[in-house]
Amino acid sequence: MADETTYLIRGAAIVGGDREDLLIRDGVITARGSDLSTTDAADGATVIDADGLVALPGMVDVHTHLREPGREDAETVETGTRAAALGGFTAVHAMANSTPVADTAGVVEQVYSLGRSAGWVDVRPVGAVTVGLAGEQLAELGAMADSRAQVRMFSDDGICVHDPVLMRRALEYVKAFDGVVAQHAQEPRLTAGAQMNEGEVSAVLGLTGWPAVAEESIIARDVLLAQHVGSRLHVCHVSTAGSVEIIRWAKGRGINVTAEVTPHHLLLTDDLVRSYDPVYKVNPPLRTNDDVQALRAALADGTIDVVGTDHAPHPSEHKECEWAQAAMGMTGLETALSVVQHAMIETGLMTWADFARVTSTAPAGIGRLTDQGRPLEKGEPANIVLVDPAARWTVDPSAMATMGRNSPFRGMELPGKVVATFFRGHPTVLDGKLNTPYRYPTEAPLAGAAGAN
Amino acid sequence: MKHLLSTEDLSLANAVRILDTAEEMSTVGEREVKKLPALRGRTVVNLFFEDSTRTRISFEAAAKRLSADVINFAAKGSSVSKGESLKDTAQTLSAMGADAVVIRHWASGAPHRLAATDWIDAAVINAGDGTHEHPTQALLDAFTMRRHWTRLSGLPSTGADLRGMRVAIAGDVLHSRVARSNVWLLRTLGADVTLVAPPTLLPIGVEQWPCSISYDMDETLEKGVDAVMMLRVQGERMNASFFPSTREYSRRWGFDDNRLRALDRLGLKDTIIMHPGPMNRGLEISAAAADSPRSTVLAQVKNGVSIRMAALYLLLSGDTREPATTLKESN
Repeated sequence: MADETTYLIRGAAIVGGDREDLLIRDGVITARGSDLSTTDAADGATVIDADGLVALPGMVDVHTHLREPGREDAETVETGTRAAALGGFTAVHAMANSTPVADTAGVVEQVYSLGRSAGWVDVRPVGAVTVGLAGEQLAELGAMADSRAQVRMFSDDGICVHDPVLMRRALEYVKAFDGVVAQHAQEPRLTAGAQMNEGEVSAVLGLTGWPAVAEESIIARDVLLAQHVGSRLHVCHVSTAGSVEIIRWAKGRGINVTAEVTPHHLLLTDDLVRSYDPVYKVNPPLRTNDDVQALRAALADGTIDVVGTDHAPHPSEHKECEWAQAAMGMTGLETALSVVQHAMIETGLMTWADFARVTSTAPAGIGRLTDQGRPLEKGEPANIVLVDPAARWTVDPSAMATMGRNSPFRGMELPGKVVATFFRGHPTVLDGKLNTPYRYPTEAPLAGAAGAN
Repeated sequence: MKHLLSTEDLSLANAVRILDTAEEMSTVGEREVKKLPALRGRTVVNLFFEDSTRTRISFEAAAKRLSADVINFAAKGSSVSKGESLKDTAQTLSAMGADAVVIRHWASGAPHRLAATDWIDAAVINAGDGTHEHPTQALLDAFTMRRHWTRLSGLPSTGADLRGMRVAIAGDVLHSRVARSNVWLLRTLGADVTLVAPPTLLPIGVEQWPCSISYDMDETLEKGVDAVMMLRVQGERMNASFFPSTREYSRRWGFDDNRLRALDRLGLKDTIIMHPGPMNRGLEISAAAADSPRSTVLAQVKNGVSIRMAALYLLLSGDTREPATTLKESN
């Protein structure tokens, strides 16, 4: 009988390069090379034939809405992380806009614990910047950083920290524990009642416009603030060509800024809103084709560092309604790899090595995850995804693991299929299907944990 | 035509068919017995999520003149705050056997949602959605213009388009579904349209529309115009800094007494003044202009019933290719 902690991945194109074998034992890559099956170390290993597959470091999402606690009708940590594993992820950052808001050590520890008991991926809670996302008073950022969840990323995502003084203080404060403020850049006064990108299409549809300048003006301010106080800034879901130019300028000046783009902003445009189908309603809104092309170029040249899904599941009643009534957001965990392959690799803009950089190495760096986004080398943690790049599939939201059915890619044929995901050396996904979750070894009670008084 | 949702995608043939059918329908309104049996046994629901007595009674009169059964459903305010969703409302109406739903909604695109989903199988007529479109208003405006334009040329109205006619649409274009529907329909019918508005009340992207843009009402009049359509300006726009004051708005963009006199001075004796109502007398239109012989305001209201009869008839009478002339036989 095969050893359940030893796996031999045979003949995978490692990060899109040469075909080699990977031997995994006890959560670690113990060997990489040709014909490892002939070695003694591979004795008893479960063999996975990876002929034609690409091995990549497990994907790390910097931007996921898991909805728990509070909106378990939309998603739970369990269902959201199942979706993540199926999508090729081994870590996700859970955004803070839950109910209650993740603005205390207690809430982030709860989310962290739910993630560990689910066991599908690392769940890294994002802490709120301000109490209740209200934009008035800093949340206890230090307490969240020191908690078991070890929060390093802070965001009021969905709401912009628009008060410049508060933003400055947040940027300064998180330096104390090497944190980063992830800003949702949206000037609130310029976007009051906004429903979609402001431009030709909104003019015809009579939907209140969301000007690009509302995003760009905040990014411009924030990079200057980050420069002034010498802090680390992350810009969430960049959506306009103008934002790309500002970030490029900031990076050129040595400002410590990173930026993210969603898969949907790499592929879809505001022309889709002509259907008034709220599945296309999202914040920031779908923009124009010029923006899409600028975002692709920026991701390819490194101006934009990472892909973040902004996976935002909603119950169907929040989308089966009038456009203006509908909730903003799209699911994305189970389509991210395919959309990025379609938009970036099949267009020749990126290689699989670039893909690994923008979906794993760079996002792990932003979140300060030390055991994620690592190279597929001997001695490294075995967070690995095997992808069949030649597969093609038609997106069917009803077949997804996420509870959200709001995929804007519904009905599209996309390339690339996750065949297996290894999380801490354990296959959470095998043969393209959910396998079993990773089970953490029983731990000694941690200081400060329940029952330790 | 299964639905009437917008004028943007209305073909010239369908637009002219609706206008011609409305000509036939208008004769019904002249009779002592203002009724046709055409839609006997059919149910028309007026589903109004926004107050609009004028549009609702116009549709009600139109449906009743065609002998349809009319149900008025006033679902004021937000459907969510009321608890029931648009989907549930639509499915309820469907279960009650509505053949046509005339929907007025504060949200742009709500009629499209009814038409595109499987919530209800009825014909959907957009009676004004948010700041998107109001196709029957544009059709009744075009009907009014066509009668005027063909009378001047001495040609029959039926079958005609509006080629060569110069139309100015003035006011709050940004928030106006009437302006949008008119721009698309007038383009289709061949008229030359100029939008006259303060730059704050024109949408970003308007330069792509098939019309000219002017910030100057007097200049537009001097260039010559055959119809001037004034749009209603809502007082609350002033608080949102779209313009400094109602007086300044009125002076620069309103159709005041000076501009009424200017039409005479410029020799534009046949230029008509239109307004979709309800009017803000003294703001976008002066009382003298509204009450002048040039004003078509009441003709527009009257023509509205004919247009809505035509729309209901064409959508509900089965074969929409059926020539409108068979109407006479069905009497």
